[in-house]
Amino acid sequence: MRFLASLINGISLGSVYAIIALGYTMVYGIAKMLNFAHGDVIMVGAYAAFVMLNQIGLPVYVAIPVSMVVCTVLGLVIERFAYRPLRKAASPLAVLITAIGVSYLLQNLALLIFGANTRSFSSVVHLKSLRLFDGGIIITGEMIVNAVVCVAIMAGLTLFVNKTKQGQAMRAVSEDKGAAQLMGINANGTIALTFAIGAALAAVAGVLMCSSYPALTPYTGAMPGIKAFVAAVFGGIGSIPGAFIGGILLGVIEVLGKSYISSQLGDAIVFSVLIIVLLVKPTGILGKNIQEKV
Amino acid sequence: MWKKLNKNTRKNAVTYLMLIAAYLIMSVLQKGGHLSNLISGMLVLLCVYAIMAVSLNLTVGVLGELSLGHAGFMCVGAFSSALFTQLTMNTGMNAGLRFFIAILTGIVVAAVFGILIGIPVLRLRGDYLAIVTLAFGEIIKNLCNVLFLGKDSNGIHVSMKDTMSLGMEADGIVIINGPQGITRTPKQATFFIGMLILLISLIIVLNLVHSRTGRAIMAIRDNRIAAESVGINVTKYKLLAFTVSAAIAGAAGALYAHNTSSLMATSAKFGYNMSIMFLVFVVLGGIGNMRGGVIAAVLLTVLPEVLRFADDKRMLIYAVVLILAMLWNWTPAARTFREKHSIRRMLAGRAGRQQKESGEAAATNKKEEM
Repeated sequence: MRFLASLINGISLGSVYAIIALGYTMVYGIAKMLNFAHGDVIMVGAYAAFVMLNQIGLPVYVAIPVSMVVCTVLGLVIERFAYRPLRKAASPLAVLITAIGVSYLLQNLALLIFGANTRSFSSVVHLKSLRLFDGGIIITGEMIVNAVVCVAIMAGLTLFVNKTKQGQAMRAVSEDKGAAQLMGINANGTIALTFAIGAALAAVAGVLMCSSYPALTPYTGAMPGIKAFVAAVFGGIGSIPGAFIGGILLGVIEVLGKSYISSQLGDAIVFSVLIIVLLVKPTGILGKNIQEKV
Repeated sequence: MWKKLNKNTRKNAVTYLMLIAAYLIMSVLQKGGHLSNLISGMLVLLCVYAIMAVSLNLTVGVLGELSLGHAGFMCVGAFSSALFTQLTMNTGMNAGLRFFIAILTGIVVAAVFGILIGIPVLRLRGDYLAIVTLAFGEIIKNLCNVLFLGKDSNGIHVSMKDTMSLGMEADGIVIINGPQGITRTPKQATFFIGMLILLISLIIVLNLVHSRTGRAIMAIRDNRIAAESVGINVTKYKLLAFTVSAAIAGAAGALYAHNTSSLMATSAKFGYNMSIMFLVFVVLGGIGNMRGGVIAAVLLTVLPEVLRFADDKRMLIYAVVLILAMLWNWTPAARTFREKHSIRRMLAGRAGRQQKESGEAAATNKKEEM
């Protein structure tokens, strides 16, 4: 019973990780950069929703789209002004370090605007909890919504990338940017679009995460962001189904580890998983082996 | 005689002389009582940070890999050396000798961790080292927070739960007390020892960089495939550089542990934030430039304290500075702009303009200042 309850909790947490990881993996697949600031875009999305829901009192169906728009604009601005100028830089470290800088900038701006106090985020989900086995297992509405939204986003993204013209352009740029440009694809535009999608997903993830775990601080996004990256590596970075599988598995491992091994070592367990995965199968579960060109 | 020396030897000598001069000036000021308590209290910490900047610079600038867990190596060094000091506290060992061995312990343990982390990760390419070192730092911090260790007449007891489960005799003393860490370590770290360790690590790193080994490491950084094709053992040299870097971080940790009365593995002291702060030192000092890193470490630690910046705005300023420094140093457009408007070229005037072609060729070799 305890195992089943942990498993369900893990899938719910994993769904949030998976949504974040989808954004990570898309950006990594196309821009070949680790967007360290992704986790903090989640935090911005959550604060945007918090302000609209709890302080202005707008309805949920307005707040979520608006916070998605806020994050999309933020993602585009970051891409345009911090990452694009460095895309042709000689060292791949340059853009990575800049991403860390952006992450810190967002955290500290939020700290300046909203303060360090923990805000309690009221859930956007108003579904009744399911009680199974006479209350032995409780499945909250948030858990159901997390899982459903996660599957829907994964399916939608897979369709988008595989079936639409824009998706085809994304795959082309990810495969070979130069050749894609020669075929008349606007590479910068395509990369910007990917960032926009990733940021919009981050807003959704932020709202869902804060609905399930209602404490919102300027540092809320950092750790889930890093864990979602672990999930993306776990599933095979660059692969959309991989991010989904990796996210769910990581959530389950974290919750099981917390309940069976040690509650204080949850993060350590997650990160040990990353190290083991990289040792055994560096490309992740569904990752492609990339041939290196000289 | 000065002119006859190799260019690198001269550059290194200037760095060493700067350090020695800084040490002399500060000790004279301290003796004369011209230093405020604030500054005197910070001297050892400044050395710790400067050593960390040198250590991280070796990984980021020379090896060309990003480490986001250097605070983890420092943490390992700090805890192992403090543990050694505590264990040998009442054995009648000479205090100076004990401190020396404690520092060595910190160095060796951190180096072992460097090898352990390096072996799996350095074979990988891309951004994995960054994320795995980050993971390592967090794991270490987590583990230090749940570790309990005590000593009694039966020997050493270790537990991951609490002090009660150590099951010690009545005379037992708890040395590592979980989240409370290690307390009452003697404050043996002095400014002199800090400067000495900083100087030694600088000598090691600068000599390494300008040796055959260092050139091999930089060849790997600049073009791994080309380096491999001329027979350089990539994994070996990467591991070497990474281990040396970890060992130096361990020395910094040992110094830190003997400068604080309570050593705790909190996020503020050994977390991700600290690793980022060291990265800021390195980036601002110039990636790969050891002297610059040390100067940046000192300036960025002293200025906010002296100018009494609001502490919450410090990280914000760091973030902005980090982004701007990266854009200014690495954007192709900014590089061209700087070359066009370089003060040195303006001073050189006409002669400079004629040499423009050759100058630009040299400038594209961006790591030349190393």
